[in-house]
Amino acid sequence: MSLMELRGLTHVYSQGTPFEKTAIDNIDLTLRHGQTVGLIGHTGSGKSTLISHLNALLKPTAGTVLLDGEDIFASKASMRAARFRVGVVFQYPEYQLFEETVFADIAFGPKNLKLDQGEIDRRVREAAAFVGLGEDTFRQSPLELSGGQKRRAAIAGVLAMEPELLVLDEPTAGLDPAGREDLLEKLFHWREARQASVLLVTHDMAAANRCDRLIVMDHGRVAMDGAPEAVFARGDELTAIGLDLPAAAHIARLLRARGIDLPPSLYTLDQLTEAILALWRRKGGTPC
Amino acid sequence: MDPVIRIKNISYTYPDAPGPALNDVSLDIWPGTFVAVLGSNGSGKSTLAKHLNAILLPAAGKVLVDGMDTIDEGSLLPIRRRVGMVFQNPDNQIVANVVEDDVAFAPENLGVEPGEIRRRVDAALRQVGMYELRLHAPHLLSGGQKQRVAIAGILAMDPQVLVLDEPTAMLDPQGRREVIDTVEALCRDRGITVVLITHHMDEAARADRIVVMDKGRVVMDGAPREIFPQAEALRALRLDVPDTTELLRRLNAAGMRLPADALTAEDCAALIGEALG
Repeated sequence: MSLMELRGLTHVYSQGTPFEKTAIDNIDLTLRHGQTVGLIGHTGSGKSTLISHLNALLKPTAGTVLLDGEDIFASKASMRAARFRVGVVFQYPEYQLFEETVFADIAFGPKNLKLDQGEIDRRVREAAAFVGLGEDTFRQSPLELSGGQKRRAAIAGVLAMEPELLVLDEPTAGLDPAGREDLLEKLFHWREARQASVLLVTHDMAAANRCDRLIVMDHGRVAMDGAPEAVFARGDELTAIGLDLPAAAHIARLLRARGIDLPPSLYTLDQLTEAILALWRRKGGTPC
Repeated sequence: MDPVIRIKNISYTYPDAPGPALNDVSLDIWPGTFVAVLGSNGSGKSTLAKHLNAILLPAAGKVLVDGMDTIDEGSLLPIRRRVGMVFQNPDNQIVANVVEDDVAFAPENLGVEPGEIRRRVDAALRQVGMYELRLHAPHLLSGGQKQRVAIAGILAMDPQVLVLDEPTAMLDPQGRREVIDTVEALCRDRGITVVLITHHMDEAARADRIVVMDKGRVVMDGAPREIFPQAEALRALRLDVPDTTELLRRLNAAGMRLPADALTAEDCAALIGEALG
């Protein structure tokens, strides 16, 4: 079932001036319930402009966004409703913490929903637990947290809104490898537990690898849309638009160029390891 | 030959912090080498970087830049000329409205004469591949281009050492490649010493030497080929190994006998191709 539909979505910045720039150009997309979708593309390809429309922060120049079939730009009320149902975590959200305590910061969104105190409490605790932030931090100032904790507190503030669609722009940028892995795990776990949908904007091919579906943007348009194995099989096109392949897909391409017969849709280390070992065993290689 | 930077037993604790950010660190940085510094968030990497050009001064121990002690106020200017820093956020480092004015900013402040400034700015912009865009407005550039302008601004001071603190964290893959290719070329072709702080293992794999930090100490120090085969030790430090290293490790665990130290995808494919060929 479709959760969100983008119909002919177009956004032109500084229209009618010499700086006029079409950031996104006539985009049609359907996001289904329960999916984890990766949105990839180089800087300036239109990703950030696109996601700013999903919770009505930007109004389109043309086209629209439907949430459960309703136009989110129809009225002030529908725009406000979209902001509650679609949670957006922008890049480096830790710079947007502003309340006096961690608890108050996470509770800011639910308070705006005019929920009662018991429900606000429940949501703050649950959101903090999802991101792995201990309740011992609740009375601290957000400024006293470590960088990684601040990031998680900021994300918890959006989770506490219990959005149906969670959009994150580069949530793992600047984290160490274990921190990146840990945060992705927590987000996937949250999506699963809440039966929600996630749209992940990322440059990290290891994160893109784990999505159900990838949307590749280039020059304000959707250049590719499909399962990771289908997208990563188009290595030449990805490289041509300035994107990386996951390391496994890259090595597989180099091996094919050497005449090694590997299946076309390898993109994880597990798959590549298996495929190489299968060829090696066929050649008579035996485990020692 | 003397090290261009000599770090002797330095310790540093931030005000109100429960423990030291640097704890008895010693390190010699040799001229013309490319050194990558790895470590988890909070391991002390950035604190160490800020000691290399006297942004921070050690509470104990000494940092000598080209023989000058960073604690000596009279040496501050010559130290800053020798050691330039590039930070993570490309938008915080640009001051002028035109690319070439931005690059000229530091030499102008140093009182370099105009003809020499012109020469240095042009040379620096060529070295980072931004000469063609010298009259553009910096805010309209991509992240990778902005970081290359920031690097050019430092090159125009004619430094010996370039310190980069996660310069690619906010960039897309193409921007990352542009910046790392530029930095590597400055080291290989111009002999500039590079200290690169990064969370990306594939960037560190291109260095001559990797220094791994944990809890304010240096815990590993060696060539990438020596460091990356130690996958378990690295993972225990919240780090990782390049995918090439991991692939070879898995293939060898299943019985193939491949040299485990290939770091580039090309070398890795060549080894596997030979074994299957």
